[in-house]
Amino acid sequence: MNKLWLIIRREYLSRVQKRSFVLTTLLTPLAFLVFFIFIGFIMNYEGDEGRKIAVVDDTGMLRGAIRDASRLTFVFPKAPLDSLKAQATSGTYSGVLVIPPLSDIQSREHTIQYYSDDQLSLDAEMAIREAVGSRVRDYKMVTLQLDPQVIENLDTRIRIDPRPIADASRELSSLRTAIGAGIGFVMGIIMYLGVFIYGMMIMRSVMEEKTNRIVEVMISSVRPFQLMMGKIIGVGGVGLTQFLVWMIVIPVISMLVQLIFGFEAGNMATVTTTDSIHPDDMQAMVALGMQELGRIEWWLILPLFLLYFLCGYLLYASLFAAVGSAVGDDIGESQSLTLPISIPVLIAFYIMMVSVRSPHSSLAVWASIFPLFSPIVMPSRLAFDVPWWQILLSVVLLLATVWFFVWLSSRIYRVGILMYGKKVTLKELGKWLFYRD
Amino acid sequence: MANILELSHVVKTYQTTVAVDDVSFAMPEGSIFGLLGPNGAGKTSLIRIITSITRADQGTVLIQGEPLHGDHPEIIGYMPEERGLYKKMKVGEHLLYLARLKGLSPVEARKAIDQWLEKFDIADRLNKKVEELSKGMQQKIQFIATVVHRPKLIILDEPFSGLDPINTNLIKDEIYQLRAQGASIIFSTHRMEQVEEICERIVLIHRGRNVLEGNVAEIRQARKQNLFRYSFEGELPESIRQSVEVVSERNGQIVVHFQNDRESNVFLRRLMDHQVYVTDFTEILPSLNEIFIRTVGENAPTLTSNTPAV
Repeated sequence: MNKLWLIIRREYLSRVQKRSFVLTTLLTPLAFLVFFIFIGFIMNYEGDEGRKIAVVDDTGMLRGAIRDASRLTFVFPKAPLDSLKAQATSGTYSGVLVIPPLSDIQSREHTIQYYSDDQLSLDAEMAIREAVGSRVRDYKMVTLQLDPQVIENLDTRIRIDPRPIADASRELSSLRTAIGAGIGFVMGIIMYLGVFIYGMMIMRSVMEEKTNRIVEVMISSVRPFQLMMGKIIGVGGVGLTQFLVWMIVIPVISMLVQLIFGFEAGNMATVTTTDSIHPDDMQAMVALGMQELGRIEWWLILPLFLLYFLCGYLLYASLFAAVGSAVGDDIGESQSLTLPISIPVLIAFYIMMVSVRSPHSSLAVWASIFPLFSPIVMPSRLAFDVPWWQILLSVVLLLATVWFFVWLSSRIYRVGILMYGKKVTLKELGKWLFYRD
Repeated sequence: MANILELSHVVKTYQTTVAVDDVSFAMPEGSIFGLLGPNGAGKTSLIRIITSITRADQGTVLIQGEPLHGDHPEIIGYMPEERGLYKKMKVGEHLLYLARLKGLSPVEARKAIDQWLEKFDIADRLNKKVEELSKGMQQKIQFIATVVHRPKLIILDEPFSGLDPINTNLIKDEIYQLRAQGASIIFSTHRMEQVEEICERIVLIHRGRNVLEGNVAEIRQARKQNLFRYSFEGELPESIRQSVEVVSERNGQIVVHFQNDRESNVFLRRLMDHQVYVTDFTEILPSLNEIFIRTVGENAPTLTSNTPAV
């Protein structure tokens, strides 16, 4: 036990004390932030040069004005079409837009001509369609003598107020679903990243120990199992440290950025969400959201999440350790052997994406019980009142599987770390399970 | 004297190969013991059994008269042939880590490490990273790591590989000192002249079997061919030369074979009686190298016939 502790301590400290660890831990959130700002900038980017477009509107439908949009300016010069075309060729105008009369006031389609030798960009085309379309709409309303207010009132925004039948005391709100999905998604992502980043870290470290030949020195002092578990637990501690730091650093950095650049978080939301929320509702939504967050059963979710995280980590980390021990310095071989481990993780990740949207579908339910998927899928459902029997079954199965896989991996590990120059296949690994000590 | 290590009928099989096949030997406490054998003979398998890295399928291993148990690794120091250190660790931290894994308290460990670094005159490297050291320096660190916990049984596999003659002597002296302080040392190498020089007893493993065991001097005595070398100045009278079986002759030196080794002294007197000035007289004992090659060679066919016909 004492020796295991020594190994854990070394594995932990040797990583945490590295300058590169401090740097990556502090810089990763910054890098993400820069990345998001950059993405936001790209998404909002609207071509470099303004286009000036001459409009020929003999019908008078547009009443001599179109709202300029997205670096497009519309002018209504009094000149014949041919001279305008010549001016477009010489560069005065980017193009000439010709509006023919409507065949019928009720017509739902209308074709206008755009004269230019330049290719019309997708953005510009959309902007022109929208700008002309809204002017034509106004024209139609005036012509048909319709009240614009009445037209607007035809649209009705529907909200659903969910009410429980059995337990009336438990209030449900539509936000609850969104928040549950959000929490589930974040937990799923953390699980997924945790398994991969730290699993790989373990694998590389085992490979290095084997290639370095320190391993034989080590196991003349400690059991291979102690060495393996010490590494897994130590690296796990590194992972927890990193997450804790990020939980503190990320809010601090985003606050700082807002202070310095006056950067509004709302801007980013509009980049990603297509339908924007009515600003009046914003405050009510936030208040309701806070209320819902408070109502979530954190006392149940957080410990369970931690349990799933630890189990999932142990399960996959031990497999990565086994692969590392088997391959030594052969990167190519390590890739072919990590594939069978990565596949269930990837599948679980995709199921998790589905499960946050429909947490009670049979796919989500069974995947959250199946032990290879449950560490990633179950946390994503925890905010949705999972029946206790499902949690119990899932946890029991998971614990048994973790025990089995750690045993399995330690069997492979103890043979693998002392085996050199042998081509390792899955079949070969299977044989190692039955080697005597 | 008691035996520090006793193996009886140890067998270790891997899937298809018998790595250790019924090996028995005893190693007296305080001795330097040579564990020899060609590549792939089963030396490493045997060492791994003694160091509790693997377990024997059959047979018993006694350390200080007790069957192997969980605390034994703490009184053993093992320097494998294929050895390494964590490259990114500092020398002091690394030694402390390995010493504590062997059960030393932090205070004991620090004290011992300081003493050893002082002894090897490398105390200034305490805070250097292992990767910054030269290969020979790393070797010394490795040696310190092996003996820092004052093991009763030290197992050194090719301890001098990669060392220059000065450092080889340094380590050799330390080996003698450790022995003088009561440690027993198993020394595994292919360098027979080193074995001849250092070891008192040897066991020779070939194809998993113990093919030769005993005191180095006795083994060489037992295999001697009654050859004697005489060096002299001046001419050798023809009559004398005719009287014995001369194996080889060089300027001022002859090697003579006798049926009975006592005759060598008779011949020496005859030389002196004939006014030959003898400058040197030695019995030629076979070198361990020759014994090794001969034993391994002659055992090969025997073992082949032992394996079942396919």
